[in-house]
Amino acid sequence: MARYILKRMLRSLITLVIVVSAVFLLLRLMPVEGYFNNYDKLTSTQIKVGLMNQGLDKPVMVQLANFWKQILKGDLGVSNRYRINYPISKVIASKMPVSLKFGGLAFMISMALGLPLGILMSKSARGKSRLKLGDKLGTLFVVMIQGVPVAIYTLFILMFGTSLLNMFMRIPTLFNADNWRSWILPVTALSMGNLALYAMWLRRFMVDESSKDYVQLARAKGVPPAEISRRHIFRNAMIPLVQYFPTSVVAVLMGSLYVESLFSVPGMGGLLVDVIKRQDNTMVQALVLVYSALSILGVLVGDILMALLDPRVSFGNKGGTR
Amino acid sequence: MDMFARAPYRPEEAEKTADTGYSYWRCTLRIFSKNKVGMFFFVLIVTLLTFTFIQPYLPAQKQALLIYNDDGGKVLRNVSPNDEFWFGTNSIGQDLWSMVWAGTRTSLLIGFAVAVIEALIGITAGVLWGYVRRLDFAFTELYNIVDNIPQTLVLILISYIMRPGVKTIIIALSITGWLLTARFIRNQVVILRDRDYNLASRCLGTPTRRIIMRNLMPYLVSVVAMRMAMAIPLAVSNEVFVTYIGLGLPLSTPSLGNLVNSGIDKIMEAGLRYQLIFPTMVLSLVTISFYIIGNAFADASDPKNHTE
Repeated sequence: MARYILKRMLRSLITLVIVVSAVFLLLRLMPVEGYFNNYDKLTSTQIKVGLMNQGLDKPVMVQLANFWKQILKGDLGVSNRYRINYPISKVIASKMPVSLKFGGLAFMISMALGLPLGILMSKSARGKSRLKLGDKLGTLFVVMIQGVPVAIYTLFILMFGTSLLNMFMRIPTLFNADNWRSWILPVTALSMGNLALYAMWLRRFMVDESSKDYVQLARAKGVPPAEISRRHIFRNAMIPLVQYFPTSVVAVLMGSLYVESLFSVPGMGGLLVDVIKRQDNTMVQALVLVYSALSILGVLVGDILMALLDPRVSFGNKGGTR
Repeated sequence: MDMFARAPYRPEEAEKTADTGYSYWRCTLRIFSKNKVGMFFFVLIVTLLTFTFIQPYLPAQKQALLIYNDDGGKVLRNVSPNDEFWFGTNSIGQDLWSMVWAGTRTSLLIGFAVAVIEALIGITAGVLWGYVRRLDFAFTELYNIVDNIPQTLVLILISYIMRPGVKTIIIALSITGWLLTARFIRNQVVILRDRDYNLASRCLGTPTRRIIMRNLMPYLVSVVAMRMAMAIPLAVSNEVFVTYIGLGLPLSTPSLGNLVNSGIDKIMEAGLRYQLIFPTMVLSLVTISFYIIGNAFADASDPKNHTE
């Protein structure tokens, strides 16, 4: 087990190294305007000096080596357009907590609502009523969320949610991190995707599990149905659900890019969209790296969780992920 | 010894017992056509596609991109939907009805191109990956790296570096997508390659072509069809996303992304919301249909469901 985890971590590390280098090299293909604040007004000598100061006149491989030295010291370079000559790590440090709180809240909401929804759907699907209304309504919701792009239903939440909420309370027009009402709509939008994902798979796994032999046995022994559901079916159905953990981490990360920007949540996601529009190369580079690192970490944690939770995953020499 | 005589090999004799009258496609179609919801959306999407592509040739259609003026020469900005402009006009006086269909054409074109590229490269690479053992390591390691990076980030990076355009979006979307298809194919090939019935077929001298067509292909078709059906809505929604972050198509190319994006500016003005609602409705109809058809077809084409 320890060997598997170690191997899996090593692979993530290698991936990270490759990704960092690839992102750096790819961004060197960009025109150099993105490294200056006022490129159009500069003379060619000033541009040369500017490039030299940023070490961008050296051969690409030397630049890459320098970039690595810089990164290992925790330095992501300075911003050129967003905030002139300001260290990017400081910008990110100020934005990260907002994004973490935002993503974390969305994650908790998806779990807190998605899992019960899945349980209710599977109960309705296994129930005696011929109509199975609960299951059908739930499935309709899941299909709507998965079939309609995030970018679109988020717009609808923004459009109709605002007027709907305004009937009960005053929500601030501009996002205000200190006012909890500001968080309702963006967190709802961000949690929808995973909520539907959890509900769909939990329903499927619980329905599958309930026809297994050990459930029949428990039923034959006279274990009350509620206890069978809780102690046998639910617990076993949760195990395969863990494999969707990495997917949902990545979904929250990528969803936050759009949702943060649309609701003007002052986090990293909105920042990335902002610096892309301003063509601030060093900022784009740094933020793409942070997001890649976070997703690599998310997938790693998911794989390890899966290995820890499911005793049926084998740890042969081929590795558990195959 | 004359109790045993060597029988001559006659293919038609050998096949006599093998033919059960089962046809993969017939069975797939029968199961699919029984799925009412799937069929509904299938008819819907066929109608929608046909309409999208013949719309410019229908009578009484306005031209997309053209700016309309009234008789006095004043630009017809933000005209609410009426008899003349069925979906109204946008803030620069273009006819939204024809813009929406032109945009749907562009977006679907991107979706189809991505789906086809992913399928072609994915199948080829997947079969090689599964069959040629020496390639397994390289492909697997490549997959393990790419699998860790969200496609959205690749899309952002590629669109940031390249010039915005239809080609850029197609490249950015298919550059990593094929690997996922290849991986699915590879897994199927590895699972099926040495199954007993394939071993038996080989021992009986069935030609490789026939093994691939009759024994392997049915399993691969369902995987590929599912991936292709899902690639289209994914491409459409990704196009909306890159347009939103300012890396999408130029405004001179109408696309659903462009239309939705200009509609976002009107989101707080209740009277102009139709400019957002029409494109999003058409877009959602397209993506939901493909999503449902993809799922229904995956069920129908899975040979495991072909039991009578």
